[in-house]
Amino acid sequence: MTGSRAYFDHAATSPLRPEAFEAMLPFWTGEFGNPSGAHVESRRARIALDDARDQVAELLGVGPGDIVLTSGGTEADDLAVQGGWEAVLATDPATDPGAGAGPPVVLCAAMEHHAVLEACAALARRTGAELRHIASDADGRVDLDALADACDPGVRLVSVMTVNNELGTIQPIDAVAEVVARRSPGAVFHTDAVQAVPWLDVAALTATAHLVSISGHKFGGPKGTGALALRHGATVRPRIAGGGQERGRRSGTPNVAGAVGMAAALAATVSERDATVARVAGLRDRLADGLAARVAGLVESGDRADRVAGILHLRVAGVEAEAMVVLLDEAGIAVSAGAACSSGAVEPSHVLASMGLDPETSRSGIRFSLGVATTEDDVDRALEQVPPVVERLRN
Amino acid sequence: MSTVPWSRFPRWSNACETRNVRVLVAMSGGVDSSVAASLLVDRLGTEQVVGATLKLWGGESDSGCCSVADVDDARRVADQLGIVHHVFNFAEDFETHVVEPYVSGHAAGRTPNPCIECNRHLKFDRLLDRATALGFDAVATGHHARSEQAPDGRWRLLRGADPAKDQSYVLAMLGQHQLARSVFPVGDGTKDEVRAEAARRGLRTAAKPDSQDVCFIRSDVGRAGFLGDRVPLHPGRLVDDATGADLGPVDAVELVTVGQRRGMGHGTDGRRRFVTAVDVPTRRVRVGPPEAALAGGVDLHTVTWVDDAPPVGLAADGVVALAQCSAHGRPVACTARTDGDGMTVSFDVPQRRIAPGQTVALYDTNHPDRVLGSGVVR
Repeated sequence: MTGSRAYFDHAATSPLRPEAFEAMLPFWTGEFGNPSGAHVESRRARIALDDARDQVAELLGVGPGDIVLTSGGTEADDLAVQGGWEAVLATDPATDPGAGAGPPVVLCAAMEHHAVLEACAALARRTGAELRHIASDADGRVDLDALADACDPGVRLVSVMTVNNELGTIQPIDAVAEVVARRSPGAVFHTDAVQAVPWLDVAALTATAHLVSISGHKFGGPKGTGALALRHGATVRPRIAGGGQERGRRSGTPNVAGAVGMAAALAATVSERDATVARVAGLRDRLADGLAARVAGLVESGDRADRVAGILHLRVAGVEAEAMVVLLDEAGIAVSAGAACSSGAVEPSHVLASMGLDPETSRSGIRFSLGVATTEDDVDRALEQVPPVVERLRN
Repeated sequence: MSTVPWSRFPRWSNACETRNVRVLVAMSGGVDSSVAASLLVDRLGTEQVVGATLKLWGGESDSGCCSVADVDDARRVADQLGIVHHVFNFAEDFETHVVEPYVSGHAAGRTPNPCIECNRHLKFDRLLDRATALGFDAVATGHHARSEQAPDGRWRLLRGADPAKDQSYVLAMLGQHQLARSVFPVGDGTKDEVRAEAARRGLRTAAKPDSQDVCFIRSDVGRAGFLGDRVPLHPGRLVDDATGADLGPVDAVELVTVGQRRGMGHGTDGRRRFVTAVDVPTRRVRVGPPEAALAGGVDLHTVTWVDDAPPVGLAADGVVALAQCSAHGRPVACTARTDGDGMTVSFDVPQRRIAPGQTVALYDTNHPDRVLGSGVVR
């Protein structure tokens, strides 16, 4: 619990881990070098950056040369989708089956984060590529039959997230990779693993994907940090031109402190992961079961066995989540409803729409997301405060 | 110090002085609602006032409650005042109750007033309900209008103190239920006074221009472009009302408004022509000389009364009143009578025809600042 408040929005952002804070301190004070120079100050920064990259690479199961450090999950997704697209078309023009058979196809799950949805939409607008969205099943998992139907040899890039950010549902990445490899052999497969890192073995889970995005602040690293991992010989064309840093794949002076902080947070997250998952799953169960016992008309989205421990998405019949968020905030509880847009308004959930839920049901969706910092007291507070708020809004 | 006689402000909270009221102030990001919020904080303190900006429109627009820049202005004013600020997404309701009827109205040859429908369905219905659910006693807006409680407890709606900026016309559909839970903090000041007050308080919206036109239509696209994207627009013919003679083509009958003069040219008598009727199905726009553009009365539907019930005598002899037929129109003497489920308004002196879909607001002849009710032209 943060002071007198209970924070249930770890999927939006998580508090900085002390390990990350400690690791970054020297780089906010004495260590200021630009890693690209040829002197002592630069070499020290270079070593810190390379160490951080080694650590991230190892934890994601790739080599250090296969990590592109970015300004966050959104940039990693954009680089994967738009930069990955450019690379796959450039390296494989001879087998371009799109020639004479319509434009090449980019395909993503309808439940993707906006970072992927909008990157795909921008790509389609810019290049004339055909964009296909894959619907979700009623449990919030990508519909594999629909995916198979949509995958044809014209598909050149597929993006399906590892864990959905609103529901916490774990997606069948290996099955997706198998369908893509079989039906669209020329396609590169990207997965946005931003929500998976705190809870799952991302290296193993995404081993069959070509491109994997992560975001530092979702697991206790600093905001403004992220990475794209490249596997199976996949490459990307740069989206930011300049001095050719990150092996020419992402120009700009590296965020040394950020990389160090993200690596430290990732290392701590991975080393404690089994214990964290067990503890948070227990808290989640107590929260979910306790609320279900106290509030009538609650529907938990997605099968608990197919979800990460930290995300609990509830549909509260007859209650507008936008109002519920305000009252819970006043009661000292931070939760979220749907995805917040740049103006701060709650947007109707495209994730719930992808499951075929009607707009009114979608408006009743609320997300509790737990993390390392969540305590039993937080859960107690929610169990005490949520039922009267729901009651009040139903009257 | 303030040059504004704020001692008159707000009658509403004088009436509620003993209560620890909580107010949700609708902040559009403009100067009026910024000052409204600021005045409420003076009176009630930061704990009792919360700001809310409505996200009403998902498409592109210049301004008006919808753009990120306006939300930022509202949020930064709230930050400056030290109050909590929320953004509520009412875009679906706005589409259903304002945009769609605006489009279908034009497609049928009517000219709806979207600001009035937004007030009716969004600000004083959806937002009021949301405010109640969240435990607020009232919603405040930056409208230039005043409300007061009569000795018998009933609420009155009055014109704003600034005749040039009075917005009682666009609030004329409010009833007791809404007025009892609404407050208009800037209605006692003039626009200049409000701007001066905003400047004195250092509010970033002090010099922001007034919003213009329809908030969801971008100026570079215009009404024709907006409607043309949503419904087919049909070319038609101008027809002389008296003789039936064909007077030439018109680009889109859906964009012509009854009473319109611009673009209708002159008759053979050299006098200007006015639109008297728009018939979309036959693609005909009927025009006539100035006297044909006048009407002795108008039929209204969706009739509302501030008092909730019609004035005594409406069904029998009719009620003498003042009718205002546009946002800044001159009030004219009339007699209102019940007509089936609607109302007929007979003008003492014939008036320029009012387009179907427009609103007529009625004011009290003996108290010309006092709103009686409203109706929408058939």
